[in-house]
Amino acid sequence: MDYEITLLTTMSISILFALALNFVTGLCGQISLGHAAFLGTGAYTSAMMTKASYPFLLTLPFAALTSGILGFFIGLCSLRVRHDFLAITTMGVGFLFVGVVRQQDFLGGEVGISGIPSPGFSRFWFLVFCLFLASLFAFFSLRIKKSWMGKVFESISDDEDVTRSLGINVSHYKIFAFVIGTSVAGVAGALYAHHLRFIGPDSFGFVESVSVLAMVIIGGVGSVWAVSITAAFLSVLPMVFQFVDDYKLLFYSALLFFMMRFSPEGLKGLVEKIKKNRKSKLDKENKNEQKAS
Amino acid sequence: MSKKLLEIENITVRFGGVIAVNKVNFSLEKGELVGFIGPNGAGKTTLMKTITGMVEPQEGKILLNGELLNGKPIHERINLGLSLAQQIVSPLNSFNCIDNVVLACGKNKTKNLFKSLFINETAEEEKKAKELLEIVGLGEVLNEYPETLPLGYLKRLEVARALALDPLLLLLDEPLAGLNQKEASSLGDLIVKLNEKGQTILLIEHNLKEVIRICKKIYVQDNGRSLAYGDALDVMKNEDVKRAYLGTNKNA
Repeated sequence: MDYEITLLTTMSISILFALALNFVTGLCGQISLGHAAFLGTGAYTSAMMTKASYPFLLTLPFAALTSGILGFFIGLCSLRVRHDFLAITTMGVGFLFVGVVRQQDFLGGEVGISGIPSPGFSRFWFLVFCLFLASLFAFFSLRIKKSWMGKVFESISDDEDVTRSLGINVSHYKIFAFVIGTSVAGVAGALYAHHLRFIGPDSFGFVESVSVLAMVIIGGVGSVWAVSITAAFLSVLPMVFQFVDDYKLLFYSALLFFMMRFSPEGLKGLVEKIKKNRKSKLDKENKNEQKAS
Repeated sequence: MSKKLLEIENITVRFGGVIAVNKVNFSLEKGELVGFIGPNGAGKTTLMKTITGMVEPQEGKILLNGELLNGKPIHERINLGLSLAQQIVSPLNSFNCIDNVVLACGKNKTKNLFKSLFINETAEEEKKAKELLEIVGLGEVLNEYPETLPLGYLKRLEVARALALDPLLLLLDEPLAGLNQKEASSLGDLIVKLNEKGQTILLIEHNLKEVIRICKKIYVQDNGRSLAYGDALDVMKNEDVKRAYLGTNKNA
């Protein structure tokens, strides 16, 4: 049973992390290739605090705050650079984070931080807590999509200049998306640190950023349910199949390639296509029946 | 009290060593429909961009309804009462026609970030968007996506979206460009109809025939300088205007 609980906890944390990136990239159209840096910021903040005997739950707002502050500054960058240039900037932030953490003795340097204290509740209740946070943020994302803010995000994702010409302060919305998306990644990082009880700089490198981006793209950019399912599936796959863990990047790249080739809109697009085909087939059958009668 | 809606005072715009707009003065009164013409390179689009805030002038002042626009970002100018239908149509392709206009209709809901987070209701905006799309003749393609529509429809969609912002001043940048005679004439009629309802319009256009037909007043610019401003037929008889469009006959 412990193994299943571990799998499900990993899954919930991955869903929360993927939804955090989906908020920035999927909903607001701002690419982030260094999202693991925010996961890491939250993880280190929370781990350092619990090691200093602060209660786990108290560390969560601080994890969100530190990641959110970093996200705010990246959000400011997004006002200056767009598209490919923003991708490169965020990738740079990811590398910078790992580079800086490696050099800091108080953060454990290359070795990382081990012996992170227990969150204070049993493995089962920790799983429930992780699931609760993932569901809460999924609900929040769906709520945003239905609101006027969701419309503005979609419009920014489509064309920033046109959105400005509709009297909308695009800068405020972009920064808000970055702050929320990075704060939640920070919370996911805190959960991650207390789930594994060990963190090191390599846990938050480029591979992690690309993996979470793959989850969002394979799921279908912007879709809350599709990204959640893909994140759940892809996060446990390396734990179930050893070869996926050994060739993680290769496996994700191959999946990305096939998705781009056969369903550029990801799992969401695939399901919509199947629904559409089934509907047109049913319509055809109904017409034929009407003709026959 | 002055009825002037737009006042452009001594505006100069330079791009490096090139002077695109040179000490231009121009004003527009409430309820007017003014045609803004000039040969290629006259600085028409630059002046339009200066009004909307895409280009910042090196000298001069722009006032809308007595409020200084200089230094204000685009969205603030829009919220002060400007609205622009661009020369190159730019619909939001992930939205259908009605949703393109609904987003503009919801200006008061999207102005404030936190307000937009807590409001879902769109019924009022949908009703207004439908009415506007019917006014511009797009009542039958409400749910169509822009990618599936021809240029003439997209130009009308651009006008509907600009009108949805309830502007004090509607700037139309070459709305007739790329349209055939029938489409241009029908869109021209629509512009007149909007003006008759009280909408102040500044129309940049190359289609002189249509401009003379629909605009009572014309402003002409050449090489970045003001050339003429006044009654449409008088302006077109102006020797300087003729020279700007047809050139000089050196053999004469």
